[in-house]
Amino acid sequence: MDILVLLKQTFDTEERITVENGKVKEDGVRFVINPYDEYAVEEAIRLKEEHDGTVTILSIGPSRTEEAIRTALAMGADEAVLADDESLFGDEYTAAKVLAAMVKVRNYDLIIGGNQAVDDGSGQVAVRLAEELGIPHISTLTKLEINGTEVVGHRDAEGDVEVVTATLPVLVTAQQGLNEPRYPSLIGIRKAGKKPLTHVTAADLRLSPEDLTARTEIVETYLPKPKEAGRILQGEMNDQVKELVHSLTNVEKVVG
Amino acid sequence: MSKKVLVLADVRRQKLRNVTLEMIGAATRIADGGEVGVVILGKDIKALADGLGNYGVDVSYVVDSAELEHYNPSAYRKAFMEAVRDFEPSAILMAHSAVGRDFGPVMAARLGAGQVSDIVDIEGEGDDLRFVRPIYAGKAFTKVRIKQGTTIVTVRPNNLTPAEAGVGKAGTVKELAVSFEQPDLATMVREIVEKANTGVDLTEAKVIVSGGRGVKDASGFEPLKELADLLGAAVGASRGACDAGYCDYSLQIGQTGKVVTPDLYIACGISGAIQHLAGMSSSKVIVAINKDPEAPIFQVADYGIVGDLFEVVPMLTSEFKNVLADR
Repeated sequence: MDILVLLKQTFDTEERITVENGKVKEDGVRFVINPYDEYAVEEAIRLKEEHDGTVTILSIGPSRTEEAIRTALAMGADEAVLADDESLFGDEYTAAKVLAAMVKVRNYDLIIGGNQAVDDGSGQVAVRLAEELGIPHISTLTKLEINGTEVVGHRDAEGDVEVVTATLPVLVTAQQGLNEPRYPSLIGIRKAGKKPLTHVTAADLRLSPEDLTARTEIVETYLPKPKEAGRILQGEMNDQVKELVHSLTNVEKVVG
Repeated sequence: MSKKVLVLADVRRQKLRNVTLEMIGAATRIADGGEVGVVILGKDIKALADGLGNYGVDVSYVVDSAELEHYNPSAYRKAFMEAVRDFEPSAILMAHSAVGRDFGPVMAARLGAGQVSDIVDIEGEGDDLRFVRPIYAGKAFTKVRIKQGTTIVTVRPNNLTPAEAGVGKAGTVKELAVSFEQPDLATMVREIVEKANTGVDLTEAKVIVSGGRGVKDASGFEPLKELADLLGAAVGASRGACDAGYCDYSLQIGQTGKVVTPDLYIACGISGAIQHLAGMSSSKVIVAINKDPEAPIFQVADYGIVGDLFEVVPMLTSEFKNVLADR
């Protein structure tokens, strides 16, 4: 089974955000594989271990993305393709066009991505890609089973689980709980340096200017007003509880 | 210039979720004097179109079909496209819910459109609209505009002002007959497993009672559930509680997990890691209960009680019972 994994490099979720000159500041930030994409990488490697085949990482992003890609290769992916040509960076519309062009020159049975990235969190690119390719998709999976060409996915739908079936080729997206991503082994890390990582440009992908024209524009990026710390209630516990309930029901009026 | 705006009603268990009225309110504003349409997809859902005119809806499209009983991207796409062809919208609104999160990008790709996901506010007017949305799960925000083509937005529940009744439009209802065959049914929902905790949906809950590592084990959620039941609240959890196996990942609130904005968030035994705060600090009122007075959660809390949740939470439940019984 040949599997393509969509991977984005993101800030570590414990990073604080600062904005400078209207942009999120990247200096000194620790970058990781987007946590949802890490589930995708792990799932692809498990499927390969079970069914044989290949795992190829596809990514769009600046050259720093190589670090995240090497981690995925060290986990057990076979090769990677990175679109780090700046003219390929845009919005979710252009990202799906770029990925579709990267996918179309390959054989694949399954595409796995995270259900969203923890940075912009828009959750669009993978689903858009499935539409661009004209293949079915199942999103936010907490469990994935593949028997022959039959796919059974357990989809997280606001607390309910939908058990969804489809036939390969299919695109799926990972939700938290899908698996427990492995740490790369020392041997894996050593091998990763020798695995192929190809860079592609706009010329390689033969995309039209229309395909590379973003539909959206970010006009402002800012931090929310810092939340002011409130009051720590004092006194006997019984009185604190009474005061709290009184405040919530009569002052804040958020209960009742 | 006035616009035509189409809303996908957010239907769960054959009921319209509140966010539908929030979207109709936003659609009326975006339409700027133009028409507002609503699309209702599902099985046995015709009655949901009744009375929408009174909220300002000009046209309701209903596709009532067994194949739409559960969300199915390709079947939804076929049905929704019928309404798009008839209505010719310049903007489309969906909820940022289990359906809209998935279906927004389907339609955006199909129409070659830009989409702004998970919006919490709209600024500007006429053709100069800016959609406000969180990034990094609310650690920062952006304002986004659509440069060209159809506008698609998904709307976070509980944030925009809902449309109010009393507009008094007649509102027409158009039933569309759509037949589904392969490949409209490329994916199929085989069954739905309803989990125990789905009484109130986390993303739409007005009140959330949430537990962290301080609950100590799965049974430690019991006092939280009792309080939640009394308040009609949803139960949530921190990553610490989920990673420790005290509860299902579907309850997780944070940058990995769900982002919530209830009126009241009660954090019990949650220390307040940055990634958790990102998912809940936009809540209107935050209450923190924690043994450690230095816990970072107190820095975002409007009201803090330093104490053991196993002592405090049952006391809260019983005091709420007293107070609410008197009303």
